[in-house]
Amino acid sequence: MPTECFEPRLIGFLCRWCSYTGADLAGTSRLQYPPNLTPIRVMCSGRVDPTFIIKALAMGADGALVAGCHPGDCHYSEGNYRAQRRYPLLTALLDQFGIERERVRLEWISASEGERFAQAVRELTETVRELGPLRWKDRIQAIAVKWEDSCQSQKSLFTGVPHAADVRRQ
Amino acid sequence: MEAVDIVLWPVALDFKLEDLRSRGPGEIAVAFINGSVRSSEHEMWVKILREKSQLVVAFGACAHLGGIPGLANCTTRAEIFQNKYVRSATVENSKGVLPQLETWVDSYCLELPETWNTVHSLNQVIDVDYYLPGCAPPPDSIAKAVQAILSGNLPPKGSVIAPDKSLCETCPRNETKPETFTIDSFRRLATSTPDPEKCFLVDGFVCLGPATRGGCGERCIRGNMPCRGCFGPPPDVLDQGAKFLASLGSISSGKTVEEVRSFADSLADPMGTLYRFSLPSSLLQRRAGGKEVSR
Repeated sequence: MPTECFEPRLIGFLCRWCSYTGADLAGTSRLQYPPNLTPIRVMCSGRVDPTFIIKALAMGADGALVAGCHPGDCHYSEGNYRAQRRYPLLTALLDQFGIERERVRLEWISASEGERFAQAVRELTETVRELGPLRWKDRIQAIAVKWEDSCQSQKSLFTGVPHAADVRRQ
Repeated sequence: MEAVDIVLWPVALDFKLEDLRSRGPGEIAVAFINGSVRSSEHEMWVKILREKSQLVVAFGACAHLGGIPGLANCTTRAEIFQNKYVRSATVENSKGVLPQLETWVDSYCLELPETWNTVHSLNQVIDVDYYLPGCAPPPDSIAKAVQAILSGNLPPKGSVIAPDKSLCETCPRNETKPETFTIDSFRRLATSTPDPEKCFLVDGFVCLGPATRGGCGERCIRGNMPCRGCFGPPPDVLDQGAKFLASLGSISSGKTVEEVRSFADSLADPMGTLYRFSLPSSLLQRRAGGKEVSR
């Protein structure tokens, strides 16, 4: 359900050593990229607890970016591997919740890769814009429909059996 | 038992709704409420109990977290009704009749409570004073709670009546766990048997112990069954499933994309495994999207 005026709200967890510096470089290099991402500097991509991402999505974010050093380059030797191991588990879990896995993106961006950061933000923004708003709380609310609403959709199943409410009306 | 007067105990003694309705507000000292809230009837009962009771204790994993029935949050009422009343192999229902709020038989109206799409934990519906975790809560913690209430020596409101540390702290197998260890995939209980001495995680089985509050008496562990998480998350953990997932980052041995993916694939049904007892009280609360729900 892409809408004309929908601007994705994205949250970015950027590793302090590589990706945040890469984002800085994108800025100082005057690279153009969408303003939809709110960056949060973390010490390491391995510090990004899946709780952070799930909480962000539950509280109104439409997508998330986790960015860390390239494999082998981690300042803490293997923090980024932890992020890498959690990522497929997290996306499998999000699938089951009905959240498209493309909304959460894991990228390796070094301090010298300003253009790579800008490109990751551009791509994520476009992907999420295509997918449409997440608005998790509204979705949860909408599913808690009143009985009457769901009776309407169930009616077609009642071939030949009149709906109780209709019988009463007669 | 002499110290208390039981005013309502539907599963053991014959009490009716009217017995409860006839009481004044706050006339009952404490209500232990078990079960999740998923229908208009449940809602009515718990709201009346809240009004008539000075204290409300969420009793057991269902009232505390949503429990096993909370796994219904990965589907919808329409799906459940279809499976239960139409598609089920043992059901003959060619007209597809489903439960209705009202059914008129001659001139009589028969009523059924409304089943909701979403299962709730007790604190999502009424104000809860204390939580007694567990499926089922161990007898000693029930006794401790009753004694605390009788003596008036109450913990702060909102307390979970159980220790604050994770299950691993008291797990008899904790000693067998090396300082660091990795596994390349999970094993399943359906196809292999855990070593009766070894830490389940080291042995390759999903054990939610690290992300679960202790105090259960390690009953499952002693029966050679890994922790399934019925005591819920320890304090300060927002989301039991996500926290356990975080810990897997340091357990998996995978380095390449393929290894990491095959590790993830070996965890069948992450939602049902990581949120077995806590889906309704988790951050995301339920499935909301994808094919089944939008239909």
